[in-house]
Amino acid sequence: MENATKLMSLISKAGKEYVCIMQVHCDYKMDELKEIVNQFIGEIYQRPPVRSSVKRRTRKRRVYSIDILETEGRLVLMKIASEPGTYMRKICHDIGILLGCGAHMRELRRTRSGIFTEDSNLVTLHEISEALYMYKHCKDESDLRRILLPMEFAVCGIPKVVIDDDAVNAITYGATLNAPGVVAFQNFKKGENVAIMTLKGEIVAIGESNINSNELQNVKKGIVVKPKRVLMERDVYPKGWKKNEKD
Amino acid sequence: MYKFLEKIDYFCNYSNSWNILREAQTDDKYGFYPDKRPIEVLLRNAIINLDKPAGPTSHEVAYWVKKMFNLNKVGHGGTLEHV
Repeated sequence: MENATKLMSLISKAGKEYVCIMQVHCDYKMDELKEIVNQFIGEIYQRPPVRSSVKRRTRKRRVYSIDILETEGRLVLMKIASEPGTYMRKICHDIGILLGCGAHMRELRRTRSGIFTEDSNLVTLHEISEALYMYKHCKDESDLRRILLPMEFAVCGIPKVVIDDDAVNAITYGATLNAPGVVAFQNFKKGENVAIMTLKGEIVAIGESNINSNELQNVKKGIVVKPKRVLMERDVYPKGWKKNEKD
Repeated sequence: MYKFLEKIDYFCNYSNSWNILREAQTDDKYGFYPDKRPIEVLLRNAIINLDKPAGPTSHEVAYWVKKMFNLNKVGHGGTLEHV
């Protein structure tokens, strides 16, 4: 919501996990189905279905795993983990082709998007509406606090650097993060996405690292991270750079 | 260093050790600890892990949430089936 929407690209580019029901159009042997399903694990080529939002051009996607959870007659319940942009409908269809008689997807549910899973903090629209009611009419914000995840959780899976209070505001104005501002860091490689955090744990920006983190111990100056997306509003922290000019 | 930073990594079982370069203090006058933000600030800097009902599209649900909270911007993390 609001500032946190800037983090959505990070989440939509992260790995996904789905549970889907496939209906096979004929009776099949379990061994045969398992063997075919296993062929879909790894790199696959996929042409998006007719009704799709992307250009229908064959593209390569990685499927990490497919587990057959349950079968009932011609219905197969599968759990699939894959790269974003993999069409489950197409996987079902293609499995059907290899089986020789066709298959299609009946139902689909995404169970994980990046770090957000079904198991943690999943809420319904009803719960949101009730929590909002409690907040607005009963002045009780505890339910709302349980629902709203601080946006910082979105950067859970990427390396982080913690910076000095003085360096915060410059970054919200688009400056690069230079070595003197860094207080602590997690290990990262050059060119990786890195989250810039304050000492309080707030996210300031996400950027691309300019060096390898093991160089940080030795360098005293130079660019560490080039911000790509600034999350924090300007002037929350005081201007650190003006002070330096006077010194 | 504030313990909330460790809580972030714990959230998704991310392990990457911290290297501390130097000691530094933060001034409580500026910014907020993410888990202690006033609710109005949290509202503008939060994510909801929403269990979308079957039927309405992700865009529709995002729009409803936007109206419910009376916010300017609400996004969603991608649709299952693009139509």
